[in-house]
Amino acid sequence: MKGPQVSQDTATYDAAAEFQDRASVSQKIQATLHKYPWLSSAFVLLFASITFSFFNENFLTPSNFSLILQQVAIVGAVAAGQTIIILTAGIDLSCGAIAVFSSMTMAKLVQGTPGEGHPAGWSIWLAFPLGLAVGMLGGAINGFLVTKVKLPPFIVTLGTFNVFVALTLTLTKGTVPSIEMDPFLLTLGHYVNLGPFRITTGVLFMIAMYSFLAFVLRYTGWGRHVYAVGDDIDAARLAGISVNRVLMSVYVVAGLIFALSAWIVIGRVTVASPNTGSDLNLDSITAVVIGGTSLFGGRGTIFGSLIGAIIVGVFRNGLTLAGVDLYYQLLAIGLLIIFAVSVDQWIRKARK
Amino acid sequence: MSKAPILQAVGVTKNYGRVIALDGADLELFPGEVLAVVGDNGAGKSTLIKCLSGAEIPDEGQIILDGAQVSFKRPQDGRHAGIETVYQTLAVAPALDIASNLYLGREMRKSGPLGSIFRMLDSSGMRKAAKEHISALGIGTIQNISQAVETLSGGQRQAVAVARAAAFGQKLIILDEPTAALGVRESRQVLKLIESLRDRGMPVILISHNMPQVFEVADRIQVQRLGKRAAVVTPKTHSMNDVVAIMTGAMTVDKKDQALSPVR
Repeated sequence: MKGPQVSQDTATYDAAAEFQDRASVSQKIQATLHKYPWLSSAFVLLFASITFSFFNENFLTPSNFSLILQQVAIVGAVAAGQTIIILTAGIDLSCGAIAVFSSMTMAKLVQGTPGEGHPAGWSIWLAFPLGLAVGMLGGAINGFLVTKVKLPPFIVTLGTFNVFVALTLTLTKGTVPSIEMDPFLLTLGHYVNLGPFRITTGVLFMIAMYSFLAFVLRYTGWGRHVYAVGDDIDAARLAGISVNRVLMSVYVVAGLIFALSAWIVIGRVTVASPNTGSDLNLDSITAVVIGGTSLFGGRGTIFGSLIGAIIVGVFRNGLTLAGVDLYYQLLAIGLLIIFAVSVDQWIRKARK
Repeated sequence: MSKAPILQAVGVTKNYGRVIALDGADLELFPGEVLAVVGDNGAGKSTLIKCLSGAEIPDEGQIILDGAQVSFKRPQDGRHAGIETVYQTLAVAPALDIASNLYLGREMRKSGPLGSIFRMLDSSGMRKAAKEHISALGIGTIQNISQAVETLSGGQRQAVAVARAAAFGQKLIILDEPTAALGVRESRQVLKLIESLRDRGMPVILISHNMPQVFEVADRIQVQRLGKRAAVVTPKTHSMNDVVAIMTGAMTVDKKDQALSPVR
């Protein structure tokens, strides 16, 4: 009687093994991507880099990658703020406008208004914090409208986007401040050599911002609350999280990040112009989405957005080096966005 | 057993515009008992427990917890006072893991400067404590405490929500339709959880539509009708048909036949 019993046992065991194996390859990929949403974007980055290196031997060189990093520093920095907002299932269309407004505030205050009775500008140590405060105030206005007036973030920031653009144009009367920038405001445009790489301090500053945010999101209660609010706002509220306070803090921190991004902008273009940064809202959303963060909130990683921003930079740069027309570059990035969101939907469907 | 109720509601009234949800409702919960609250739709069950837990502010009436009058403004207030509520809608964040959900809103920080200055969470400590809470309730089916809640079945999710309430509830636990979204086997799990809560001496208020389940676990059954308490009976003195009759107004129970004092 022992024999059949043993085989019975193995049969059950086999059935269990088969049940585990029944998760097909695609399901396993789905499960892995679900756990690590940035993996797909990292894979796209790797695949794109290898592909582009076949088309142009100059692509996979330290100097070219240094260039790409400098090009993505601004979008990358703004995308960091955009990420924490999107993690709460929000969106910020006013990010670029906030960045430009605070950069113009800094530049205008430092420069003063020569010839209009205000000869001397302000000290940079007053102007710079005030510029940052303007960014935080912009974020606070968005946060107030989202949490207290209870408007959808899309509508709120569509409105404030126009308001901040208008304020910027009023402040500058449509002109670019012509006077030389304060040296401190140009800090993030300086070059540093890191081995074979030659990058700007702005790139390092952006990476430092990402590292800090990654730490905060991963290891603090605030970070966990940001995810919880985006994941299921009612569950978060019932669990005793002050949902409005979390949302408000997210918009204010994002505003600060946009203002700090403006500092990178000034360093890179060496002037504060009301016209830079008009595309930053859509570009930053692109980076966040390609980086695997879900527009429905609660899922994603901050470093995914950095990878997303670099992917966009790599595509632009690689396609240019391969001699592809600008129109097709736009086409490629458009397809990439649709691909990224499709992957996100596919991953989410797995676990409903 | 002491005769003083741990939680008492006296003449609680709540209007939503012209709709009268509660019209002077009373309730008494005694230590160590499971009190079921049943009633037809719109009888004011949910509004009553929302007033008790702090999710709604009553227009009139008193809520007395442990002999002292309380007035909760937010769910957090009720929670701080020791009342834990498990909501019908499974108030868990699906993408977060079990340990994070258990400690959501009251995370543990690391000791020393890592916690006080860098505000770092004690993730391993929370995982360890969460595991203890889960196994204390005899929920053996959950193997991995760092599993995302969305990978769990409905019953397991409900178990996480109940475990959270049990872990932090100091005075009492309110369960709002805990089995409404669950299958037969999962409901059984939750009923077992309720029994193990009672065995540990935790008073429970159970809102339910499911008569067999109510009769299985409840010590006393409060029947709500038209925003008021119609009667309080016990599974021993009255049948399911009686309770339904009271619910619909077809039957009234004389005050002296009601179970207004603790039966356990």
